[in-house]
Amino acid sequence: MSETIQRPPALIEMEAVEVAALNDSSLTVLENVNWSVPAGEFWVVAGPHHSGKSDLLLNAAGLVAPAGGTCRIFGGDTREFGDSRIAERRRIGFTFADGKLFNHLTIAENVALPLRYHRQPSDAETAASVAAILDLLELTPSAHLPPGNVALAWRQRAALARALVLQPELLLLDNPNAGLTPRHREWLISFLDQLWRGHEFFGGRPMTIVATTDDLLAWQHPDRKFAAVHATTFSVLGKWGGQEFSGHPGVRELLMTPPKADETRPEPAPGRP
Amino acid sequence: MRGNLAKAVDLANLQRLRHAPLPRSYLDYIGRNLFVVLLTLQGLAAFALITLGVIVKKSRVARNVMQPRIRQEIYRAGVALLPMFFFLALALGFLVVGQTVSALAQVGATGYLGSTMVIVVVRELGPLLTAALVLARVGTANVIELGTARALGEVEALEAMGIDPVQYLIVPRVIGMSLGVFALTIYLIIGALGSGYLFAFLANVPLLPWDYFHQITEALTWLDFLLLALKTMAFGFFIAIINCYHGLAQPLRLAEISRVAVRAVTQGIIACVLIDAVFIVFYLAS
Repeated sequence: MSETIQRPPALIEMEAVEVAALNDSSLTVLENVNWSVPAGEFWVVAGPHHSGKSDLLLNAAGLVAPAGGTCRIFGGDTREFGDSRIAERRRIGFTFADGKLFNHLTIAENVALPLRYHRQPSDAETAASVAAILDLLELTPSAHLPPGNVALAWRQRAALARALVLQPELLLLDNPNAGLTPRHREWLISFLDQLWRGHEFFGGRPMTIVATTDDLLAWQHPDRKFAAVHATTFSVLGKWGGQEFSGHPGVRELLMTPPKADETRPEPAPGRP
Repeated sequence: MRGNLAKAVDLANLQRLRHAPLPRSYLDYIGRNLFVVLLTLQGLAAFALITLGVIVKKSRVARNVMQPRIRQEIYRAGVALLPMFFFLALALGFLVVGQTVSALAQVGATGYLGSTMVIVVVRELGPLLTAALVLARVGTANVIELGTARALGEVEALEAMGIDPVQYLIVPRVIGMSLGVFALTIYLIIGALGSGYLFAFLANVPLLPWDYFHQITEALTWLDFLLLALKTMAFGFFIAIINCYHGLAQPLRLAEISRVAVRAVTQGIIACVLIDAVFIVFYLAS
């Protein structure tokens, strides 16, 4: 009981949430989700393909209202997450599995878009902020290229840069290491770890992170918290290796899955298709 | 934000109707299609009102992002089409106006020249032809672009960044197309009237240039200018709304985009004819 009182306030709270599929609101992909993500935690939600991880994350970000139950972000119900609460939207960074960058803009313009829309800085300020974050994510050589001209790993980094440019408190990543080579995957997880502990680029402020994955082994770490989705059920597993962890059918399924063949291909240099 | 868009694009009923089993009688068939038409009209009306609301409510939001986008759409739906309209104005002048002037001169009815030109070119042919060409050149591209954006999840990406998709994707297109159709109609009318006289001159029609233009200016009233502006902007507005509605609302898969583009063009033409009919009532009443 005393542990509950000392916990920091929850950034995401889900109570008996029914998660519907994005493209078919009549299809429930997860039932009775009860989950709380306090500030400063690093969560990994594992599950196989099409298990509802992305739909869960869209609900957690307030991009889709739950089909049932209550979902709160920063204490506010996501059903009322409209224009009046746009300031809270800026506190969340979100990356999609395939980046979803705009092909009519360059990588630098993609990263600048949320900054220019929400903060209206001068052109010089925008250029400086974007250059700094592109440099941090080693994207400077690709800055002038359209997203279609760079490899998936660099598009993923550009999407991460776009999510980070407003310096969010909560970072939600949908399958961020999908299709990455081991080198890029290692870099990404190490970088997210720095963000979680408090990266100096963001003033040392720790970031709350939730990432979904179908490659559970890559995220193994004693300090991260894990949850799993399996057959319309969401289960909180706790820390790596706990009792719930080994007995969960979804975890067993994921840990037995061998790595995909295309994940071992060499990755082209930044700026190269 | 998402709620607004979802209200306008929630087509569950429409899709269910379209994919329902084949009707057993003609009466069922007619009834189903009537419901589809009514639901489409409802969706379009809701979408138009939401867009107007966003134009008014967010006119000062993110101007540094929106102004270049609006300029870009004005260029696309207006300036970029100028060479084609220059050619079209010449063709229209030679094919229609010049022949009309020549025929009126032959029967000694040059006194009706001004009013004929105003009715044919200024009130009807100019605006309708412009709307049809802008619909074909820009409207179709809009459906495909927005349909692709929707199918690739770019709408969700905008929402994730806290950017209103209606403001970012729809408002520039609506403003650009409204102003584009208006401006291009003016250029087309001026070009067609000028080249029409050129044709008449080359055909040795005994009509002096100042007589020709004096008759046209005499036939024009202040109401023509007002209704021309309103009609062309209405054409542009509704073409853009129909294209954006179908582009953004319907295709959830890339394979559906071509079918939706055809539907949007058809409905755009029908909308222009209906708007034109409404304005004819105004002209006749005035």
